[in-house]
Amino acid sequence: MSGADSGIPALTSAQRVAVVFRREFRSYFQTPLAAVFLVIFLFLAGLFTFNIGGFYERNQADLRPFFQFHPWLYVFLVPAVSMRLWAEERRTGTIELIMTLPFGAADLVIGKYLAAWAFTTVALALTFPVWITVSWLGNPDHGTIVVAYLASALLAGAFLAVGSCLSALTKNQVIAFVLCAVACFVLLLAGFPAVIDFLRGWAPGGVVEGLASTSALTHYESMMRGVVDLRDILYFVLVIAAFLAINVFAIDWKKSD
Amino acid sequence: MASRIVAKKLEKRFGHIHAVRGIDLEVPAGQVLGFLGPNGAGKSTTMRMITGFLEPTAGTVELEGIDLADDPIAAKRTFGYLPEGAPAYPDMTVEEFLGFIAHARGFRGADAKARVERSIGRVNLQGVRKQAFETLSKGYKRRTGLAQALLHDPGILILDEPTDGLDPNQKFEVRELIKELGGDRAVVLSTHILEEVEAVCTRAVVINRGQIVFDGTPAEMESRAPREVTRNRMDHVFRMITTGDVAAQKGGRR
Repeated sequence: MSGADSGIPALTSAQRVAVVFRREFRSYFQTPLAAVFLVIFLFLAGLFTFNIGGFYERNQADLRPFFQFHPWLYVFLVPAVSMRLWAEERRTGTIELIMTLPFGAADLVIGKYLAAWAFTTVALALTFPVWITVSWLGNPDHGTIVVAYLASALLAGAFLAVGSCLSALTKNQVIAFVLCAVACFVLLLAGFPAVIDFLRGWAPGGVVEGLASTSALTHYESMMRGVVDLRDILYFVLVIAAFLAINVFAIDWKKSD
Repeated sequence: MASRIVAKKLEKRFGHIHAVRGIDLEVPAGQVLGFLGPNGAGKSTTMRMITGFLEPTAGTVELEGIDLADDPIAAKRTFGYLPEGAPAYPDMTVEEFLGFIAHARGFRGADAKARVERSIGRVNLQGVRKQAFETLSKGYKRRTGLAQALLHDPGILILDEPTDGLDPNQKFEVRELIKELGGDRAVVLSTHILEEVEAVCTRAVVINRGQIVFDGTPAEMESRAPREVTRNRMDHVFRMITTGDVAAQKGGRR
């Protein structure tokens, strides 16, 4: 029978993700969010690099002053992107619409997440003048810069996965923002030198190292130096996968509240 | 012909609240079913289980013979659904929104465009097609929701309060449209307006506290009213069934 079904092509999982991705990615540019985010991100990245990071004073042709502030920028800028991902769908009721369209929950989570990640990657890519500047002034190691950019994208990706997951738990975007900022901060803090030094004073070495290795900061900083360690990449991939998996359960659990 | 919607022994519990208690419902093609009940009776919850938004605590749903729990994506392709309040993305224009729905339904390129055009024409959205959804009046929002549900020409339509908040002219238009659509489809619509059931439905199902308390034609429902009640007979029966109002059962006015 299935008279309604005839003639309508069924989409593959990748096509479904692509449909969700396109709508979500465009939505950033339909509101002032994109412009506001890009301007603030680029302004702060520049400010940190040149005024606080001592880009010129160091007299070294590298981008450390630029990259070392990214984790702290992301702590409050990534939640601004991720807070709306699910909270907004729940507030406007569109979650009921998209979850009754022929999509699986995973298609929706992945499509929306990738759109947010693509958006932050665009912001990151727009910092290219910094790279041009340092190349013009000196002879930087371009391999190191490429790895550092990858690390920065992965870090933003990990924070976005955390934020997407937390956004699914509430209808309130402000709550989603605060929860995500705190969670990302904690994820960084475990690797912050001051925290590690404090712990070293009394905790066994294994515990300190173990805790530090759960921190995004530890993995980010080792990549920022240009070292490609598979464990660092694996760390980010695992964090992203884990939080997106929780995200799928979270929307099923919370969707009808 | 087999029923397009087959729901068996649907149950839903939210914590200690038992919202839906064993609902059986079969809807064949060509039937327009009016789903009635007081607020909180479980209408929306039942519709949300039939459309796969909520998982039933117990029971099964089959749409066009496809088990919703076994293959939710295939089952969700069989119906068009207008959720309560007709939600849509506020920043998208009507055209963009319907384009997204067309892609989600598997249409591409010229095919998708043709579907969007047809849907816009069908519910008369031409005048607002370039307008953002959030700027639309209630009536246009509801019509956009209907256009979205109709876009892939589904054999099943599930409409949660399709005429809520519309003015009398818009109500009339939407009812005419639903009547027209009913021909070869299985339609389930929930409403508070009993005259609407008389106007468009071929079957009336009343639920109260999560259970079906009446299932028959609108004429049968009306005939339950005591003879001395001459006006608003449907309302009278509705009160009788859902409140157990003794005065109503005796035919007295409240």
